[in-house]
Amino acid sequence: MYRLLRFLFFNLFVRFFVLVLLGLNVRHRQRLPARGPAILVANHNSHLDTMVLMTLLSPRLLPQVQPVAAMDYFLRNRLLAWFALKIVGILPLKRQRQEPGEDPLAPVHQALDQGRVLIFFPEGSRGEPEQLSDFKTGIARLAERHPAVPVIPVYLHGLGKALPKGEALFVPFFCDVFVGEALGWVADRKGYMTQLENAFRNLAAEGDFSTWEM
Amino acid sequence: MLNPDLTPNLLWSLAGLYGLLLLASLVLVVLRHRNPQRDFTELSQRTRSWWVMVTVFSAAMLLSRTISLVFFGFISFLALKEYLSIIPTRRSDRRVLFWAYIAIPVQYYWVAVGWYGMFIIFIPVYMFLFLPLRMVIIGETKSFLRALGTLHWGLMTTVFSISHLAFLLVLPAAGNPVAGGAGLVLYLVFLTQFNDVAQYVWGKLLGSHMVIPKVSPNKTWEGFVGGLVTTVLLAVLLAPVLTPLQWPMALVAALIIAVSGFIGDVTISALKRDIGVKDSGSLLPGHGGILDRIDSLTYTAPLFFHFIHYLYW
Repeated sequence: MYRLLRFLFFNLFVRFFVLVLLGLNVRHRQRLPARGPAILVANHNSHLDTMVLMTLLSPRLLPQVQPVAAMDYFLRNRLLAWFALKIVGILPLKRQRQEPGEDPLAPVHQALDQGRVLIFFPEGSRGEPEQLSDFKTGIARLAERHPAVPVIPVYLHGLGKALPKGEALFVPFFCDVFVGEALGWVADRKGYMTQLENAFRNLAAEGDFSTWEM
Repeated sequence: MLNPDLTPNLLWSLAGLYGLLLLASLVLVVLRHRNPQRDFTELSQRTRSWWVMVTVFSAAMLLSRTISLVFFGFISFLALKEYLSIIPTRRSDRRVLFWAYIAIPVQYYWVAVGWYGMFIIFIPVYMFLFLPLRMVIIGETKSFLRALGTLHWGLMTTVFSISHLAFLLVLPAAGNPVAGGAGLVLYLVFLTQFNDVAQYVWGKLLGSHMVIPKVSPNKTWEGFVGGLVTTVLLAVLLAPVLTPLQWPMALVAALIIAVSGFIGDVTISALKRDIGVKDSGSLLPGHGGILDRIDSLTYTAPLFFHFIHYLYW
């Protein structure tokens, strides 16, 4: 029942919205994973980010795709929790450790072991539109624990203009999606984070975005 | 099921268009066969995109008048969205941009009800006065003029100009008994696009003297004149099939289309050069974005429309 609702929501409503009202310029689409387990890592500026990333993947993959999202934000009321868990299919994550020794990433490890495709926003929250903030290191811990799982960086641009944080009015813009090469594990977490940040910097440099100094 | 306004002439012309596509694909196959080591990726992408565009355009023209109008409205939407996505915009103007989008269905509604007086002033007068008001209410004065100027220019180009194509459809059919409004649209769109292709081909074959090297190094006098002569010949030949134009007037129409199409093309080139992008988007493989394809039409549509309007209505 929920699977059907979720299928219809993404393949009718979200696909129409993202491809027609919004519109995407996708580069290097062939680098996207065809099957799980895999982790898509993206910069985060808008609630639309998740929707765009989910439409990029093949509809057949949908049952396995789970965006990793903050439990305190998305489960704050029953209606939102129902929508987030059943329709979007998020993997809720606690942002703060509640008990000593508890691993907040445990559900993520489990999902990867089950072959899921996870969507991960290492900036933690959406932040200022079109500004890249510092990455949190959780992604490095995931990569260390699952060295065989491909981590694919996806740079998104323009979604923070279409629907920024704190705005309810959607304004159409073509958005850019640049998919990077899959990253493998390197010796240590710090080196891994540097590699990931460089990957994003290089992807961002592929676009020629003009802005006014403001 | 089919649009009842369609005349046999129009259907034959669309069939002819497919014949031309077939010919282009055939030429491509021969070229590939003769030069196996050369790369024809862009040319074949272009040709494939033409097949898609002609098919979508034919379907939009054949199904019903409402669908044709929605189709042109959608082209305006895609073009405005592409424009607003490549130019710099202020974050504080999101609500103003939203109103610019709202102008699209409103403008095409005036077309659908055939209200010429409103159609012709809605964007140049009412939106022109309203958008600055909306911006002033938000109150950001930094780069105010720049934001306002770029937005209104985009709205005029992508919505006001392009909607003239749609208004050709609702002109009284009695003005063009051989093929109706759809015939005029096909005549204009075909000649505009073919003029572009002819300019390109003549330029490749003979081109050496650049017209405006600072804006577009690909535009040569040889290409321009070649395109113009080709368009004049085609315009005179097609006029009795699709329009009420006698040959001297068809000649004038051809000059309007060839010259203003060239200007529309280089205007969008100048815009892209200013912003620093090569293509306006990636919607049409081999061509670029939608603005790259309708650049000439932004000039030819209003000018051809007023020429016809003055002569026949």
